[in-house]
Amino acid sequence: MKNKLQALWRLFFGDSARAFGSASAILLVLLAVAPAKNYFSEWRHYQKQYLHLIRGRADAVTLERHFQGGIQQIWIPEQQVTDRCTTCHLGMKEASLADVSSVAFREHPVIPHKLTEFGCTTCHRGQGAATTVEEAHSATEQWEQPLLPAKYIEAGCGQCHLENQTGTPFLNQGRQLIVSYGCTHCHTIKQGDGTYITPDDDPPSLRHIADKTTREWVYAWIKDPQAYAGTATMPNYHLNDDDARDVSAFILAQSMPLEPPLQPVKADTKAPADPAAGTSLYGQSFCASCHAMQNAAGMMVGGNVGPELTGIGTKAKPEWLQDWVANPNHYDPGTMMPHYRFDAAQVATLTGFLESKTEPDFVANVHLDAATPEQIEHGKRLVVENGCASCHEINGIKKPENFAPELSRIGSKPLNQLVFVEGVEHSLPGYVAGKVRNPRAFGPSLKMPQFKFTPQQIDAVTTALLALTDRAQTQPPTMRIASVQQTKYQPAGNAGQLMGDLRCFTCHMINGHGGDMAPDLTWEGTAVQREWLTQFLKNPETLRPALIRRMPKFNLPDAEINTLADYMMTVYQTPEFDRDSLPVSQFTPAQVEQGRQLFYSKFACQSCHIADYKNDKGYIGPALAANGKRFNAAWVYHWLKDPQALRPGTIEPNQHMTDDEARSLTAFLMSLKSGGAQEAMKK
Amino acid sequence: MKPLLIAVCAVTLLMAGCSRKSNQPAPLQSTAAGTAIVESSGGKQIGYAGMLLDQPVVVQVNDASGSGVAGAAVYFSGPSGVGFTPAAALTDSSGQVTSTIELGQQAGRYKLLASTRDASGKTIGVTIDEVALGYQQTVGAQLNAQYCVRCHDPESTPQRVSNMDNLSVKPHPFTEGDTLNKMSDADLVAIISHGGPALNKSPQMPPWGYTLSKSDIAALVSYIRAVADPPYEAGGLVYAQK
Ligand code: HEC
Repeated sequence: MKNKLQALWRLFFGDSARAFGSASAILLVLLAVAPAKNYFSEWRHYQKQYLHLIRGRADAVTLERHFQGGIQQIWIPEQQVTDRCTTCHLGMKEASLADVSSVAFREHPVIPHKLTEFGCTTCHRGQGAATTVEEAHSATEQWEQPLLPAKYIEAGCGQCHLENQTGTPFLNQGRQLIVSYGCTHCHTIKQGDGTYITPDDDPPSLRHIADKTTREWVYAWIKDPQAYAGTATMPNYHLNDDDARDVSAFILAQSMPLEPPLQPVKADTKAPADPAAGTSLYGQSFCASCHAMQNAAGMMVGGNVGPELTGIGTKAKPEWLQDWVANPNHYDPGTMMPHYRFDAAQVATLTGFLESKTEPDFVANVHLDAATPEQIEHGKRLVVENGCASCHEINGIKKPENFAPELSRIGSKPLNQLVFVEGVEHSLPGYVAGKVRNPRAFGPSLKMPQFKFTPQQIDAVTTALLALTDRAQTQPPTMRIASVQQTKYQPAGNAGQLMGDLRCFTCHMINGHGGDMAPDLTWEGTAVQREWLTQFLKNPETLRPALIRRMPKFNLPDAEINTLADYMMTVYQTPEFDRDSLPVSQFTPAQVEQGRQLFYSKFACQSCHIADYKNDKGYIGPALAANGKRFNAAWVYHWLKDPQALRPGTIEPNQHMTDDEARSLTAFLMSLKSGGAQEAMKK
Repeated sequence: MKPLLIAVCAVTLLMAGCSRKSNQPAPLQSTAAGTAIVESSGGKQIGYAGMLLDQPVVVQVNDASGSGVAGAAVYFSGPSGVGFTPAAALTDSSGQVTSTIELGQQAGRYKLLASTRDASGKTIGVTIDEVALGYQQTVGAQLNAQYCVRCHDPESTPQRVSNMDNLSVKPHPFTEGDTLNKMSDADLVAIISHGGPALNKSPQMPPWGYTLSKSDIAALVSYIRAVADPPYEAGGLVYAQK
């Protein structure tokens, strides 16, 4: 071996001439490495492949004309975009390459933005200036933002689009979950436009909790809220038995009796409830519009505005139920629940009905001895440590400020500021999703509780959080599309007070304030006739037979109905046209007949609406059999001409009618004056 | 000798490093074998690129008499980017294996394979087709849910009652490729924009061209193409294992 090496050495470096020759040769090779490295670089390989691909295609000439060799770059300084991705992704703008199987060369799928205006990394992340696949796509030591996995791609949209968009269902859902699970009770989230995300889960005050429920129930609830109601949004703190005992002890101990105090339950409520009467009053009052309850078949029926009521009889004390049903404002002036005008007999019936809805198993195994002062003191410490007052009002404990880290820029958090644990992917999306999925996996002493999310919901929340980037905060304001913010509109006077008491805004939007569960009433005074409005408030008939959520019957006295009707008829009017501008008297029978033809043939309105209960069945839109008693002709006419102008987002298609057609149809619709839907259904 | 040793070590290390990346499921110990594998549920779902499918995929290993075999090893595989949880499992007492699916990063049709070995050691499999929607089709899917589905889908859900029974001319569900694939893009745009009469069809199909934008209608067409069954040939990429 040694001899051979010596021989080799002599061969190349034996004398000075040989040494010079060899050294020159080595130098030459070394010098050639730099250009060769460039020549053999990855992107050239992709460009060669691309040329090979397009030369085999029918439109080769056009494609070749579009092709530009060398490093390509999209440079948009004001957005901090320097993206060289199109050096390899060469077919991005070629519609004819939509069918190519290699992602590298395919046309970019249709999106509402131009590549040249936004670049690539704005949405996809990754390292734009890199020219190797590894550096551009993956996390490297110098660059921590790898490509965003497709399942979170809507986070890219969310940096500029703060409003809900049709094309981003998961981002919308994630944002909605953050709001409805109350994440921002503890975490501050300030959006790029300076607005804060505010929760809408409305956690109950605990200041009078002992009037409402028992310590046993509180104990079982804080151990596992979803065991009581699967839809509960309160997270699980994984308290051990002793801690739950002490927290429940403190929660009950801090409670103060209501002023004035609850009344004892009347004797007739204690009598076994008449299930039929209770069920029918619960139905008539449309409690199910907001509350879910498991029916006999085990199906959950009802809305999610209020809490689930399947086990309400186990949770709530009878005297509290009676008080709440009679007037919820007494216990909670801030509740979303309306103040129904039930009479004493109805209160008794409903109280009995709700009391009969029990889940005895929930508290069956809870046996608590009377609390000691030490336990109460320890419970208080736990309540403070766990930040219960971030969500709930508790006597003697202030709402903590900044209880949890601010999340306004969580989508750009540097990895070196994060602590990873076994089983969590070492990436920002991995970390965020891991935290949402199982926060305590990051350390048993961490305070963030366990939320009950499905895997799909976890992805949605993660998407919404990943949208909260540095870019979202620092980009030029012109890039931002603001979210729709609620106004602070409050109606004035007696009517305003009444509307507050009835919680109209829980479901209806008026002048930009309120819920979206029921129709917007901003122009209701232009739309309907006063006579109809008063009838409807007295006895809300079924307008849309296919809806589960309906207007409740509040049992309003005439005086209150008049106050409301007067106010709505005067104030809630559109400035666009006068409701009396199309008097019904001017319609001729010929017009009515022509309108009937249009209704049934040209526009086939019966597909979705009922004009005549005998023949029509369509039930996507409201029944129109009593249209002539409900609406004003001018409203109907303008609605037919352009429904979205009167109610943005309505699904009624604009049929592009002529003025004459719209007038004839209005004439026909105004001639429909049969009874309301309920009456017709009874027949 | 030393350099050789180092070289060998280096190569082994490198290979070890590489093999870490391939996540072949560890082989399972079957305790039984069937003669056929069939899909029980979870096929033909419409999902979104890169996302979890709503329903898991359930396959069943059967014996010759058609009843489930417990303890047979089932392996799931698919084009790169598709995630299976689990990717391999033994059948349960009813002969079934359930796996949640995360679709690949690209929109298109996905062909997934569930396989097992029969008693002779031969691999038998069943393909499961899924659809992944991209951005434009997602817009279409949302618009469909808002404007179209109640007439075009005979199924009712607790949130929405189907209106199809109330129509005298029955529309087709958008998955009905046999009918919809025969319509050109231009015809689809025409009937959606101007209603049934545009194609001499029933006015019970309303016009949407004054309510929805051109790009909305393009999105609806691309959604209709994406979900067609049988598939619409002209467009759409099929992802299957190479
Ligand atoms: C009011 C019910 C209704 C609504 C809402 C509706 N359609 Fe239709 N659609 C129909 C009817 C009825 C037909 C069948 C017409 C015929 O065959 O004469 C039809 C036919 C079609 C066709 C032709 C293929 C077929 O099914 O026969 C397409 C495409 C179509 N509709 C798309 C849409 C789209 C897209 C939407 C939503 C923007 C929509 N439709 C909303 C009722 C409706």
